[in-house]
Amino acid sequence: MKKALVAIAFGLTASVFATGASAQATLNSVKQKGFLTCGSNTGLAGFGLPDAQGNWTGLDVDLCRAIAAAIFDDPTKVRYIPLAAKDRFTALQSGEVDVLSRNSTMTMSRDTQLGLDFPAINYFDGQGFMVRKKLGVSSAKELNGASICTQQGTTTELNLADYFRANNMKYEVVAFATSDETFKAYDAGRCDAFTTDASGLYAERLRASAPDDHIVLPEIISKEPLGPAVRHGDNQWGDIVRWTHNAMLNAEELGVTKANVDQMKTSDNPEIKRLLGTEGKFGEAVGLTNDWAVRIIKHVGNYGEVFEKNVGEGSKLKIKRGQNALWTKGGLQYGIPVR
Amino acid sequence: MSTTVDIPRFVQAKQVEALPPPNLARGPVAWIRENLFSGPFNTILTLVVFYLLYVSVPPLMKFLFIDAVWSGTDRAACRADMGGRETGACWAFIRDKISYFTYGSYTVSERWRVDIFFALLAIGVGWLLWLRAPRRDLGAIYFFWLFPVFSYILLTGGNADFSGRFWIGFLILGALLVALLAFLAVILKASLRTALIIGGGIVGVIGITLALMDMDFGLRHVPTALWGGILVTLLVATVGIVFSLPFGILLALGRRSKLPIVRMASVIFIEFVRGVPLITVLIMANTMLPLFLPGDMTVDRLMRPLIGTAFFASAYMAEVVRGGLQAMPKGQYEGAQSLGLSYPQMMILIILPQALRIVIPGIVNTFIGLFKDTSLVAIVGIFDLVKTIEASRIDPNWAAPSISLTGYAFAALFYFIFCFGMSRYSLGVERRLASGHKR
Repeated sequence: MKKALVAIAFGLTASVFATGASAQATLNSVKQKGFLTCGSNTGLAGFGLPDAQGNWTGLDVDLCRAIAAAIFDDPTKVRYIPLAAKDRFTALQSGEVDVLSRNSTMTMSRDTQLGLDFPAINYFDGQGFMVRKKLGVSSAKELNGASICTQQGTTTELNLADYFRANNMKYEVVAFATSDETFKAYDAGRCDAFTTDASGLYAERLRASAPDDHIVLPEIISKEPLGPAVRHGDNQWGDIVRWTHNAMLNAEELGVTKANVDQMKTSDNPEIKRLLGTEGKFGEAVGLTNDWAVRIIKHVGNYGEVFEKNVGEGSKLKIKRGQNALWTKGGLQYGIPVR
Repeated sequence: MSTTVDIPRFVQAKQVEALPPPNLARGPVAWIRENLFSGPFNTILTLVVFYLLYVSVPPLMKFLFIDAVWSGTDRAACRADMGGRETGACWAFIRDKISYFTYGSYTVSERWRVDIFFALLAIGVGWLLWLRAPRRDLGAIYFFWLFPVFSYILLTGGNADFSGRFWIGFLILGALLVALLAFLAVILKASLRTALIIGGGIVGVIGITLALMDMDFGLRHVPTALWGGILVTLLVATVGIVFSLPFGILLALGRRSKLPIVRMASVIFIEFVRGVPLITVLIMANTMLPLFLPGDMTVDRLMRPLIGTAFFASAYMAEVVRGGLQAMPKGQYEGAQSLGLSYPQMMILIILPQALRIVIPGIVNTFIGLFKDTSLVAIVGIFDLVKTIEASRIDPNWAAPSISLTGYAFAALFYFIFCFGMSRYSLGVERRLASGHKR
């Protein structure tokens, strides 16, 4: 009896994944629908957040807009489906969203076991610390004996334990159920330091009663490569997402911006020519038009522009490029050549 | 010997005015003594309550009104370190975001359509709830037929684009329905003409509805993914309330029916729905359902929780109504039957009017619960009022310590106004209907 039940359960699961995989040629279905469905965050400052008019904005949202621009030459042809962390992958597997762009960490188990692919990493994040300036601490290594506010039951808490054990330091954890409570407690002086992903630290700092009294320490104690995810098995669609991100990176590296993309089409630089489709047929090879990158850059911008607008100096968050700078500037963002 | 003694007689010609009660038994002092300090226990209670009011109300008033910031364009207005004030509520934030709270991401140029929807809803509700309104029968037709159709056309843009095959299918089904009714009429030896009129009427109404939905009014299509805020909250609540009462009554009657299949079906439905939390139903509908449907088949993401909440409310409503049916003395049923009334006549004319009157408090209780439960749709990624507030309060443009509190205070105010309104209205109806048996 039990065996039969297990067999039924497996059969159901298998058929579930089979539906996912049979949804091949996502590009065709997107073209047929006339819009892209993009799984977005339910609200994360700088990455995916509706503004006062209800338009979605942010770094992750701009990736979806870029994909839509590449396909339709119109970045507004996106429908956003806000997904909570717990049902984001199910929504992707079931075909409810075409691409998931909501700060999901790429890990081996997610890549190999969930039937997903992570074609690109559009933000290198990692766990960091924030302390009060008057504590006089300039490195996380000096936090021995500190009390640290963190959110219960998250990987943040585990990373914290690993880090302090590896460095042979003592600490006292003060954990709360929600990120809101956690930060309130830190702001009220319940603990010496506050820890979460570095991108979140900047957003939280804005809410402090006196933001200038706090600093973010330079150490990053965990690796959180955040990127878009697609269903495993539809390689063409994965390619489109991967090359959308790479086109934005290459554009930044080659100095192609939203403003000058039309003039750049006449450039003699062979790399720019290949990127902008004046030479070769790279766009058609992934099922798009050859001016796919021009569309992306014209409507959305290159990676640097998108970064600065959403999370960098042009935004309230003022996050430094850091690991997200181009490889030529000491960062990790490395545009794979179009050739 | 007789002497006449002139006894002075006194006849009080007019009523003496009553003396006022002693000062201690009237006026505010007496009222206070009687109502607030009538014994040691009540005195202590009064003092405790006054103390609680003292510690809670003035700071609340101070936060919400006196120290509040009413205007400003971004967080600077509500931050002490940037020249504003941060001790009070930041109503400037609500003012800046109010259109998002009202319409969600609804296409900006099309928002007048939502305004018309709100107006139509207000007209419908007013027409039905105002007891002396003219032609309330027309009001019911408006609210239960025209209003939903108009709302559908207004909010989505109409132009459902049914294919020719759909219409052929509809015609065949319609013809079958009329034929079935006529067949039944012949078998039951009832009037064939009535059956044809009823069948034709049903098919006609559905046909007109579908034709209206199919018609192109030149309105731009607005996908439900963009709907949000108060629009979604009111929509989910209205659909739930409008569907739950009739369905609940049918389920309650079904559960008390003597026909075994009808009874079993009603019991299974009611017990199953009541046995699972609403959140489970919503998550099943929005996360699991697409896994089991074939790839190209989808049900609208807003439609799923609408159906879910409507079913959910119906099951609860059924039990409330059953309570009322249970409370009817057997004599009412027997009396109706002895008059020769058929089952529908007995229910519609005798039993339901009395039973529903008994359970008005329960019905309104279910409605209020449903209205507040609409905020659960946020869990499945639909931006109702609460979710739009949650998303707005993390906006870096408005990052300030008082923002979250202000947002939630706004939500509380909204829900309170609606729930309190429902509660007061139902009290009024109860008073009017229950004048016969006041206790």
